[in-house]
Amino acid sequence: MRGRGKLAVSRPGRAVGVALLLALAGPAATQPGLAQTVAERMPACLGCHGAAGTSKLPGVPSLGAMPADYVLVQLYLFRERQRVVAPMNAMAAGLSDDDLREMGDKVAALAPPVPAGAPLDAAALEQVQALVGKHRCASCHNADFAGHDQIPRIAGQREEYLLHSLRGYKDNSRPGYDATMSEVTQELKDADLPLLARYLAQYR
Amino acid sequence: MRTIMRGLTGAATLGVLLTGGALAQGAAPPPVDRGSALYGRPDSPDAVKLAPVAPPPLPTPLARLPIGKLHVPEGFKVEVYASGVGNARSMRLGDQGTVFVGSRLLDKVYAVVPAASPGAPTTVKVIAAGLHRPNGVAYHNGALYVAELSRIWRFDDIEANLDHPPKPVLIYDDLPKDEAHGWKFIGIGPDNKLYVPIGSPGNILMPPSTHAQIRRMNLDGTNVELVANGVRNSVGFDWNPVTKDLYFTNNGRDWVSEDIPEDTLHRVSARAETPPNFGFPYCHQGNFADPEYGWGRSCSEFAQPVALMGAHAAVLGMRFYTGDMFPSTYKNAIFMARHGSWNRTHKLGGDIVVVKLKEDGSVASVEPFMTGFLEDNKYNGRPVDVQMLRDGSLLVSDDWNGAIWRVSYAR
Repeated sequence: MRGRGKLAVSRPGRAVGVALLLALAGPAATQPGLAQTVAERMPACLGCHGAAGTSKLPGVPSLGAMPADYVLVQLYLFRERQRVVAPMNAMAAGLSDDDLREMGDKVAALAPPVPAGAPLDAAALEQVQALVGKHRCASCHNADFAGHDQIPRIAGQREEYLLHSLRGYKDNSRPGYDATMSEVTQELKDADLPLLARYLAQYR
Repeated sequence: MRTIMRGLTGAATLGVLLTGGALAQGAAPPPVDRGSALYGRPDSPDAVKLAPVAPPPLPTPLARLPIGKLHVPEGFKVEVYASGVGNARSMRLGDQGTVFVGSRLLDKVYAVVPAASPGAPTTVKVIAAGLHRPNGVAYHNGALYVAELSRIWRFDDIEANLDHPPKPVLIYDDLPKDEAHGWKFIGIGPDNKLYVPIGSPGNILMPPSTHAQIRRMNLDGTNVELVANGVRNSVGFDWNPVTKDLYFTNNGRDWVSEDIPEDTLHRVSARAETPPNFGFPYCHQGNFADPEYGWGRSCSEFAQPVALMGAHAAVLGMRFYTGDMFPSTYKNAIFMARHGSWNRTHKLGGDIVVVKLKEDGSVASVEPFMTGFLEDNKYNGRPVDVQMLRDGSLLVSDDWNGAIWRVSYAR
């Protein structure tokens, strides 16, 4: 048996989360309630994140071809409220470990997101490629930025989501699963971040 | 100087033993790019594959733990002490035999309660959650001390209240909030002071005066003093039971090369009147001036390591062995966890080594003790910390599997 100490955080009522999810995801409203299978939950997930792997909602990341291990880690962090982002904590509440694994596998099988935004001009491209080289983005995210294992795909990700994430890592408001991105972004200038986000969002 | 060289020789022997001679090939000359703080960036296709390897959040189920992969010297035996301890990191032993375990990537602190009868399983309880990188734990006079990234708490009379832990008392939070090297190992010394390391907020940079050091303080967080300076990132230390000197592990910088600098073992004399400076960011491993920050400086300005522990090997938790179960040659030797490298093509570490000392406290030898966590350049597990039980057996935490191993000896 596992006890919990006084520092344990209480989880928000599941009903609130479900209501939000239903409001966002129309078709799932016909589902009877809390004991949903992963297959039953996925339409709600993809209602925001994009059924074809590309999100059309500002602030909501595309998940297509995201490495399954990365998705598993993020869902775990949402479930345990180590990463707090509405509505994801409520969405992940009550999921079993196996649910997390299954969701990761399903998301990884979606098509990669469709890149968006105009290609960078030559000067900007030279500048951003120097940044990518200097800070070794490809060391972890791979030369095509597709990610692997617990390292996310960032190619074709939504620009504003990338920028928000980079800023969050830099100012420590998004700690990340481990400290790698916090460490990398300390060496980046604030003005570098929009350029990196633009480059990766349109990367193809 | 002689003692230092012997320490280095021991470490070099270890490198040959564990890497099949990779270290003996010598370090490649670093590439030239002096304008960059990230000097030494690799350009080769092999180098760009290197990435940190984060352990999974979910513990390995008991039946799938890789116990058959782990090797210890003849006469020793490995068994599972606890499973389901997600991201198990630093460990401390309570008066009644409870093992307290912190985590780094999760938000939890665990209590592993001993088996009620011989052969029965231990019980794992989550005693605190919602914490930020609660890697550090210490135990003293019935109280558990827990170090988050930037706050240290005390849980009084913890073992009597494992199912309903008391509201913790905040004892210290004058700490930076940097994520990089922000998680902490803590310990209480023979001087009844709480020791708290603060890592460099990045791989290689000029640290603010608040970072790259080890502090100590009274157990209520008052009277803070500097113990050591120029320490890039220490995640393990203990005190020599004979001399009372502080020995600590330190993680060297990345991206200079595959083989340098090495991680280090350092010593601060119990009689030190001023805090020694161990060189970061100017000098690494006692004899290698940093390619950028080392210009105009000399390694001779700084306190020297007592042993080199392997490049990128990630030396973490360590304890002096004071038990009676193991053969007498292990008495007062250091058991040390090497978590294992990522910034290296052929991974190094992923083992427990034993560092044997001479009477003067210098290093006589460094030998592998528990191996097999690293196989075919992949991890079966990753050791983080060691903790002796009262019977003299040795626990090893494994954050990759979320498990605690127990090593015992039978003649």
